[in-house]
Amino acid sequence: MENTNYITAACTIAPNTAIINNSVYLTDEPGTAFNDFLKTLYKHGQIAYPKYYKMDSLCKLAFLTSELLLQNNPITKKYQPEEIAIVVSNSASSLEVDTAHQATITDAENYFPSPSLFVYTLPNILVGEIAIRNCIKGENTFFIFDKFDAEFMSGYVNLLLNDNKCQCCIAGWVEYFESNCYACLYVVEKQPQATSIAHTKENLNTLIK
Amino acid sequence: MKPTTYILADNIISPLGFTTSENFERLCHMETGVTYLPESHLYPTGLYAGIIAEQKIEERFRALNAAEPYTRLEKLAILSINNLLESCAEIDIRSKKTIIVLSTTKGNIDLLDPNSPTEVDKNRVHLWQAANAIGRFFNNLVRPLVVSNACISGVLAIITAKRLLEAGMYETAIVVGVDILTPFVVSGFKAFKAVSEQIARPYDADRDGISLGEACGSVALTINKQLIDNQTPIKVSGGASSNDANHISGPSRTGDGLLLAINKTLADAGVAAADVDYISGHGTATVFNDEMESLAVYDAGLAHVPMNSLKSYFGHTLGAAGVLEAIVGLQSMRANTLVGTYNFSKYGMSREVNILRQTQHQQVNNCLKTAAGFGGCNAAVFFEKVNPIS
Repeated sequence: MENTNYITAACTIAPNTAIINNSVYLTDEPGTAFNDFLKTLYKHGQIAYPKYYKMDSLCKLAFLTSELLLQNNPITKKYQPEEIAIVVSNSASSLEVDTAHQATITDAENYFPSPSLFVYTLPNILVGEIAIRNCIKGENTFFIFDKFDAEFMSGYVNLLLNDNKCQCCIAGWVEYFESNCYACLYVVEKQPQATSIAHTKENLNTLIK
Repeated sequence: MKPTTYILADNIISPLGFTTSENFERLCHMETGVTYLPESHLYPTGLYAGIIAEQKIEERFRALNAAEPYTRLEKLAILSINNLLESCAEIDIRSKKTIIVLSTTKGNIDLLDPNSPTEVDKNRVHLWQAANAIGRFFNNLVRPLVVSNACISGVLAIITAKRLLEAGMYETAIVVGVDILTPFVVSGFKAFKAVSEQIARPYDADRDGISLGEACGSVALTINKQLIDNQTPIKVSGGASSNDANHISGPSRTGDGLLLAINKTLADAGVAAADVDYISGHGTATVFNDEMESLAVYDAGLAHVPMNSLKSYFGHTLGAAGVLEAIVGLQSMRANTLVGTYNFSKYGMSREVNILRQTQHQQVNNCLKTAAGFGGCNAAVFFEKVNPIS
């Protein structure tokens, strides 16, 4: 029999708006540059993490989303590091920083590839950043889809939980490429909490636009 | 009862050949595919790398009479899947029960270069678009799945496919791992000072970095017993991934992340460390990776198990590596032959593990394939021979 699992917390960061569990956490004036909004969120969330400043934009977005998410549901106090999985997806992989790295090598007269840029040219680095910050050691996978695939993601995360590959999973969508900047990460657990909703394709489609 | 995932067919395309058996024969003779490339479009100075001759790809691809233009990466994937399908008529690629799982780190990243001449839509730089193009060639009806998780992508794609099959979502999965040599990748690893000035020397005391390479590996997995031939049935009996939560561009010093992936994999397969016959290591030939791996293997109680690295044959082929090296592991089981580690002479890790120097014949009933990558990720998968299916 299929077990029901639960979304026990969710955080979305979209242009000018951050939402935690259906409630607006912070908004900024329309037209605010996305990176400026991220800076505001970092300060507002009273996050002190020097490594943040080294990250590329995709990782910054993922990191901030995960911070707000886990401030709200401190799963690392409840589960062992290897019991927590991270399964994230997006459409553009790391193309934002890929384009920046490409620009350093296109012109032979102006050739200056940088290791600090190149290291971010893999989408799963953002999973690594979340794992390092929270000492999470479980299953980790990065999938690429044309758009968020609620059916696949709910199915795969349920499969991990129901098969005891993990006891808790951070999952979602983190996109940062050109004008498409949007992240939604959520926690899926086997037991419901007060504000939980069922971890279903339908609920994910409502959560992630 | 959950179904069992079996190996159905496979193919390797690398500088060493265009089929699994061509590649395996040359590996057994310890011939490397890594060569010295003088100043090229890849990098301003010379470098050692494993590169596939363009002409060989073009010749073979032309014979397929494709209806639309494809990139170099897509051609490799299509040729590889095509060879796999030719070797196994039982696979119905047009079935809704057959999914393609693409493992790649950088896909068509060469399309980002404004100077790259191509007839292909530059939007195919999106990995999902490249995957769709490959699926389209075969008239595959299922949207392909893309796994892009640094250098564990290939192993992870096999594990993911196994899970989807055993959950009953599909009957057959074709896992294709592919990455190509590009100025993008070479410049990045060079900037990292991670590239050796010689052919990579995995596990050797004088190792000083990776060799890069390009390749494609495809392996078909199925839960339908009827499709399996009776020669040497092999099952995928366990797999797991982990993160060492240590550093985005360096492995944990203790090997605890890889140890976790190995232990979870053996538990998933229901086997003990004493049962393992062979380890196909990651062995990139960087100082830190190989040291980390030896600690994890030692701590897992696998120090005695024959282990090799294929990175000095193919170079590091990134998203292809896990699939490619797993297929060599499968072939090693079928042939009861373990490939020696090319360019390994002086043992170079603090803990003693059993690195294969020469190719040797012995009974090989199973294979543990391991991988590690940027982002702190680790993965392992376990393959076992099963009694012929009646």
